[in-house]
Amino acid sequence: MNAFQFALRLLRRDWRAGELRLLASALVIAVASVTSVGFFTDRIERAMARQASEVLAADLRIESNRPLPEILVAEAERLKLPYARTLSFPSVILHRDTTQLVQVKAVSQGYPLRGQMRVRDSVDGEDREAVTVPASGEVWLEERLLPLLNITLGDSIKLGKRSFKVARIITYEPDRSANLFRLAPRLMVPTGDIGETGLLGPASRVRHYLLLAGPPSLMDDYRRWAEALDIGGVEVEDIRSARPELRSALDQGGRFLRLAAATAILLCMVAVALSSRRFVERQSDSSALIRCLGASRREVVQIFIVRLLGLGLIASLIGVLAGLGVQTLLIRLVGHWFSSQIPAPTAWPLVSGMITGILVLIGFSLPSIIRLGAVPPLRVFRRHLDAPPISYLLFLAAALLSLSILLIWQIGDDKMALRLIGGLLAGLAILLLISRMLVYLLAPLRNLTAGSWRYGLASLSRNPATTSIQLTGFGLGFTVLLLLAIVRVDLLASWQGALPDDSPNQFLINIQPQEVDAVDALLAQGGIKTNGLFPMIRGRLVSIDGNPVSRDNYENPRAQRLATRDFNISHATQPQSDNKIVSGNWWTETQLHEAWFSVEQGLAETLGIPLGAELEFEIAGSRVKGRVENLRTVEWDSFNVNFFVIGTPGLLGARPATYITSFYLPKEKRRLLHTLVQRFPSITALDVTALMTQVRTIMDRGALAVESVFLFTLAAGLVLLYAGIQASHELKAQETAVLRTLGVKRSVLLLSTLLEFALLGGLAGLVSAALASAISYSLAHAVFNLPWQLDLSMWFSALLFGALCVGIAGTLASRTLLNTPPLVTMRKI
Amino acid sequence: MLQTSSNQHPVTASGLVKFVETSAGRIDILQRIDLTVSPGEAVAILGASGSGKSTLLGLLAGLDEASSGEVRLFGTSLGDLDEDGRAALRAGKVGFVFQSFQLLSGMTALENVMLPLELAGERGAEAAAKAALTAAGLSQRLHHYPSQLSGGEQQRVALARAFAPDPQVLFADEPTANLDAHTGETVADLLFSLQEQSDTVLILVTHDEMLARRCDRRLYLRDGVLENGA
Repeated sequence: MNAFQFALRLLRRDWRAGELRLLASALVIAVASVTSVGFFTDRIERAMARQASEVLAADLRIESNRPLPEILVAEAERLKLPYARTLSFPSVILHRDTTQLVQVKAVSQGYPLRGQMRVRDSVDGEDREAVTVPASGEVWLEERLLPLLNITLGDSIKLGKRSFKVARIITYEPDRSANLFRLAPRLMVPTGDIGETGLLGPASRVRHYLLLAGPPSLMDDYRRWAEALDIGGVEVEDIRSARPELRSALDQGGRFLRLAAATAILLCMVAVALSSRRFVERQSDSSALIRCLGASRREVVQIFIVRLLGLGLIASLIGVLAGLGVQTLLIRLVGHWFSSQIPAPTAWPLVSGMITGILVLIGFSLPSIIRLGAVPPLRVFRRHLDAPPISYLLFLAAALLSLSILLIWQIGDDKMALRLIGGLLAGLAILLLISRMLVYLLAPLRNLTAGSWRYGLASLSRNPATTSIQLTGFGLGFTVLLLLAIVRVDLLASWQGALPDDSPNQFLINIQPQEVDAVDALLAQGGIKTNGLFPMIRGRLVSIDGNPVSRDNYENPRAQRLATRDFNISHATQPQSDNKIVSGNWWTETQLHEAWFSVEQGLAETLGIPLGAELEFEIAGSRVKGRVENLRTVEWDSFNVNFFVIGTPGLLGARPATYITSFYLPKEKRRLLHTLVQRFPSITALDVTALMTQVRTIMDRGALAVESVFLFTLAAGLVLLYAGIQASHELKAQETAVLRTLGVKRSVLLLSTLLEFALLGGLAGLVSAALASAISYSLAHAVFNLPWQLDLSMWFSALLFGALCVGIAGTLASRTLLNTPPLVTMRKI
Repeated sequence: MLQTSSNQHPVTASGLVKFVETSAGRIDILQRIDLTVSPGEAVAILGASGSGKSTLLGLLAGLDEASSGEVRLFGTSLGDLDEDGRAALRAGKVGFVFQSFQLLSGMTALENVMLPLELAGERGAEAAAKAALTAAGLSQRLHHYPSQLSGGEQQRVALARAFAPDPQVLFADEPTANLDAHTGETVADLLFSLQEQSDTVLILVTHDEMLARRCDRRLYLRDGVLENGA
């Protein structure tokens, strides 16, 4: 016998007869969900990253304090990558007798490669997108320079040896924010004119930039190539290393989208496990007959495995194609929210969808299918004879292995995946235990009731295995759905809460100590509230535990950069409200004199600073030593004033400092800025409204993506619901036919079915609420860093939702049984 | 494989015993059964419900293992073979007809009949199956699913499936018990007609005396003991 050919023939017949419909549907939805989520998240993440690339005005930025080697440009040209050059340096401009320190930026044609620059053609005009860069002989500048120099558009200013006409006001410059606190007012000139200014001498403090844009794979290739050149003083940056506040929003969003994809897989895994069980039950007769007709056990297993894998391949293929279609619709739906074009799909989600389909099938179907080989041939005479029960150990091992591989792979975050797996395993054990208890407790109850209640309770307690499986399946399904719902609500709330409308949009830096009171008073007079004025000290980290800090000690580019730059450090008696101490303790009133530091956790990880380490900073020519007393997390996307390193007042209070504050300035009070700058010329005012809008846009679009992905998990949940209800279909069909033959009224049976499924769903909902709360607590604390609180109303809602959902769906699915004549049902069984 | 001179007797049983151990103690089902069936012979085994008829049929077909004693099928002692060995011995040479038809619900009548032929790797399975169904008077029902056929038609499909591979031995378990008298008669006519045409050994388990009378020999199973009929 050619088992392979025979199996394929059987598969064709099964497919046509609809025998594999449920298993195939579960698999198609699983693969379609994973594929569409994969495509969607891949493309949206890349679109979000591209949008976030605006803060670099490029996908990749190469920076150096020396002219960049031509080989870097030559390689970009070879790869046909769009590129632009920029230069940045501080200088002084002159208008009549007034001079002003500015941050000059020279830009070449093509700038910016990502995002857009916005300008105004007059002081009171509307801003618009700038489609070119300044023409030769022209400069564009920031509005705050106008009152400082007392000039207006069309006037002439002098930069170095050359005069320029002031042509436009810059209102938004995508990469402006990258060096937020180091910028004097911006002056933009074309690169072609910069030579004539004579400002690029050997001693000038010029930063040279090469901006590049292109597909992620090419960017990665270029980045690796450039880093391998190991040119001294050259830094390669992408968005993830550029801005912590955007990185935080992007990472949160990415983590959630991956969690949503994993949730869809989990739901479908349970659906596949339930449908496989039903398939095996329905195929037991077939297995017995085939063995009776002369097939060996090995051949029977072979026949079913080939059928299973054949089904897996076909369903996965349909799934990936469906996923491809669905993601196209979704991208159309949300694509217009993104300013840039959504990147084209890559082939990887297709491959990963196929692998997912096969892995789900192997992990959750194979052990049941192998069991088919053990159906005794004598079953042809005695239908009650079944295969020996499946080894729970084998089933668990296969399921756990497949689950672990898929979750760790799909989520891409070991910590989150392991917490999820741990929570689900505990959930599985609890659900199995509860279902056993339920069966045990319900058995005596059915004797105390009558009519519909009696039949409903009897159905649950008479079939302990099916009840257990249904309760566990529904329970796991509800758990992951609730979990996703909780995390989603918390995440969206935290995103929206992170940037309320009155978030600070202005920073004042370089406030001298003697100006603090006057600035504070002026702001108060103007009706502006601040969170306070914070001392800011420039310091360079020179040693950790006595070991000198050097760029060479680190491989991570961010660490290399941090090792060589000055930090803004501060001293404080209390931590900022958006800071959270994650290890160690903040100092008390009596400890303010201690020589202690508080370090931001991310910085500590990057530079390898453990709690208790002794740090040495060089501040204004002298050395300051202190111990790391605590590590803290910082909500960088809050736009509050925050510092990587904070010292005790006793340690840093006497060091020379300038002050910084942030506040929300409504549009109608913008004149106040002009007054401030004129009265305190040394103060630099930075308007971050545009940057905030940028972050808010990313978060809004991220939220939309999150909502869309959630729909997939709901679809997967519906399949699971159907599979769970179908698990008892044959048994229910038989019971219904017998009871109707015996004269039980249709209405009684309908009500008993409703009660049976509602009880099952309600209990599954309640248990899953408890499980989802526990897992979400763990994820909120350890992975998403979100606030968490127990929500008992959610438990009640879950109970009600479970009872209604399963009750109604179960009753609707069983209605056909009640409408079919008992004889027809009996003949089919 | 153990081949003996008893090749002339496709089915023999000697000293066959079957009991089961339960928590309530041992239950004896069959006690020292001896049976020899000659080529082309039709043997009926009669007995009341629960007398062990189906158990005996299962043992003779190698679907179950005896507690002691020996069954030889085509001269081979089934006790010397494992389950897969017994399945291989049955392949293509043994047919079955069941009380509950045992048609696969997901397959059409034609596909059900093709099943044993395909399992045996026979070429032209479809043509042979069509011929068998035509012989059973079901040429118009080839593509119907079991749920679309009456009980009598389903059993005729089962007969076609049993005879299609041209088996040497056919085991039939209460083939008419689920049918009304008239339909049962029609099915029985078909069964014996096919059996005579193919010269197949028929071992028929039934409680229907009328059906049993159409066999060459009748045996009665009472209290686990096989007795010759009148």
